[in-house]
Amino acid sequence: MTDQELKEIMKPENIVYKKSGLLRDNIMHYCPGCSHGVTHKLIAEVIEELGIKEQTIGISPVGCSVFAYNYIDVDWQEAAHGRAPALATAVKRLLPDKYVFTYQGDGDLASIGAAEILHACNRGENIVCIFVNNAIYGMTGGQMAPTTLVGMKTATTPYGRNVDRNGYPMKITELIAQLPGTCYVTRQSVETPAAVRKTKQAIKKAFLNQKEKKGTSFIEVVSTCNSGWKIDPIKANKWMQDHLFKFYPLGDLKDSVKDDPESYKQYIE
Amino acid sequence: MGELRLMKGNEVIAEAAIRAGVDGYFGYPITPQSEVMETLMIRKPWEETGMVVLQAESEVASINMVYGGASCGKKVMTSSSSPGYSLMQEGISYLAGAELPCVVVNVSRGGPGLGTIQPSQADYLQVTKGGGHGDYHVIALAPNSVQEMNDFVALAFDLAFKYRIPAVILSDGAIGQMMEKVELSDFVPRRTEEQIRKECGDWCTLGSNRHNVVTSLELDSTIMEERNVKLLKKYEEISKNEVRYEEYMTEDAEYLFVAFGSCSRICKKSIEMAREKGIKVGLFRPITLFPFPTQQLKVLGQKMKGIMSVEMNVGQMVDDVRLAVECKVPVEFKGRYGGIIPSPDEVLQALEEKLVRK
Repeated sequence: MTDQELKEIMKPENIVYKKSGLLRDNIMHYCPGCSHGVTHKLIAEVIEELGIKEQTIGISPVGCSVFAYNYIDVDWQEAAHGRAPALATAVKRLLPDKYVFTYQGDGDLASIGAAEILHACNRGENIVCIFVNNAIYGMTGGQMAPTTLVGMKTATTPYGRNVDRNGYPMKITELIAQLPGTCYVTRQSVETPAAVRKTKQAIKKAFLNQKEKKGTSFIEVVSTCNSGWKIDPIKANKWMQDHLFKFYPLGDLKDSVKDDPESYKQYIE
Repeated sequence: MGELRLMKGNEVIAEAAIRAGVDGYFGYPITPQSEVMETLMIRKPWEETGMVVLQAESEVASINMVYGGASCGKKVMTSSSSPGYSLMQEGISYLAGAELPCVVVNVSRGGPGLGTIQPSQADYLQVTKGGGHGDYHVIALAPNSVQEMNDFVALAFDLAFKYRIPAVILSDGAIGQMMEKVELSDFVPRRTEEQIRKECGDWCTLGSNRHNVVTSLELDSTIMEERNVKLLKKYEEISKNEVRYEEYMTEDAEYLFVAFGSCSRICKKSIEMAREKGIKVGLFRPITLFPFPTQQLKVLGQKMKGIMSVEMNVGQMVDDVRLAVECKVPVEFKGRYGGIIPSPDEVLQALEEKLVRK
């Protein structure tokens, strides 16, 4: 292609894709092949498209995505390990007109922070919770998470997760879908263009739910950790599809509004 | 003259919070301080001032809700008692590290472990020396009356915002549960979002185009050390400016009680009894436990024949007293533990045995 031809193509009216204006120029620390980068991009795009940048507060976790605040250009609070939903609860209640979202991994959300996420969802806090589940602790070097599959080898289950020793992998998203305070609970992924588009729709829907004060929206993104799993990114995608998707099937678990409080009054009448 | 009422210490904390224009209270029930949240729920301040009151799922959640609210520049607080205060230490360390203003009330009880629900001062070291991990301090105010439970809520918020630091009101089960006459503070309106932006806009996370980030994390050790130095300077400034203490009958005193909170009230009675016997004893009461009134106690204490630290614990403040007088004066200790409040007689008896008759 000649320079002239290139110039013909590179016109503003021909742009079909560009980096979100809400993604900062910092170089991401995530490993190549990690799902966090794409998920960050989708959140940035949704906030930009909804035009709510200056009304949005994000809560980042402890774990690989602790530095999420370096990449998405909104106000952020960095929480203690597992406590993001407690922070978000206070922020949203004190600032009910703002948009509040949490971003947590599976160790942060399903292990040390199990109480905070369950109670925030049970109260029906009007927030968006993004849950990135790669079935392992990434930041600390690949240890077993509550979501690690049986038989899966990690730094703390070097011979594979054993139920007698380590218990069962936890389907916390299924648990959360049972809670009356949630309005939208879905499980998505970001390993193909189609999956990316679906996850973006889910995130947008979750923010719109918050606008309409419907209750807690919870989005699990089943993800890869090729460093922790010790396989290359392409194989990691395949491994996720072959194994994680079987135990953590994709799709909506709940899409409604939080339970009607009136329906709970019958028990003491 | 403000409104006069007969109230419990714990109830006054709640009333004072509403009147101080507090934006949010997040708590979890624990004896002997549950009346704080109960009073707020009965008062329904959300209808009056818009104040948020929420019963959290644990003290861990409460203190992290405080972190979330404080990060928004809001006036937020929690209250608890000793075992719950222990659970909050991680959160308080994060609040200190991220330089966030907030107020935590500890209506302390006897320990260790589940201990007892009776009053105690056994959290002195935990409150004044840090409590959580890392190099930090909190401002610690020790009320000795229901009136001071009222006064210290607004004071604690003023100091917390002045220095961007957690401020702890270290009370105990006796002051929390007892009823006294109190002159309530006047109502101060809650700050508007514009006022908060004006005051805290360069750091708070209210939603902005500034990319404000509240965090205690810094992986670069050289920058982290700078943060430690900044915190250290702040603690030095607080130690210089914010020391508060009370002296009682010290002008002619030859002996000195040092006591805070409930114990200071008992010592006043012991002083009255001692003076009837011709023993000239006075009281030095630290009101701020951090910053400890080291210099003031040094000047006064070194004039004494002997000093006795009176505490409802096994001897936690006594080391700070010895350090203040640089061990140049005999410093003895009288304590009761496990939820027992010492009587004025036994305090006087200890003074006579350990110092006067020696």
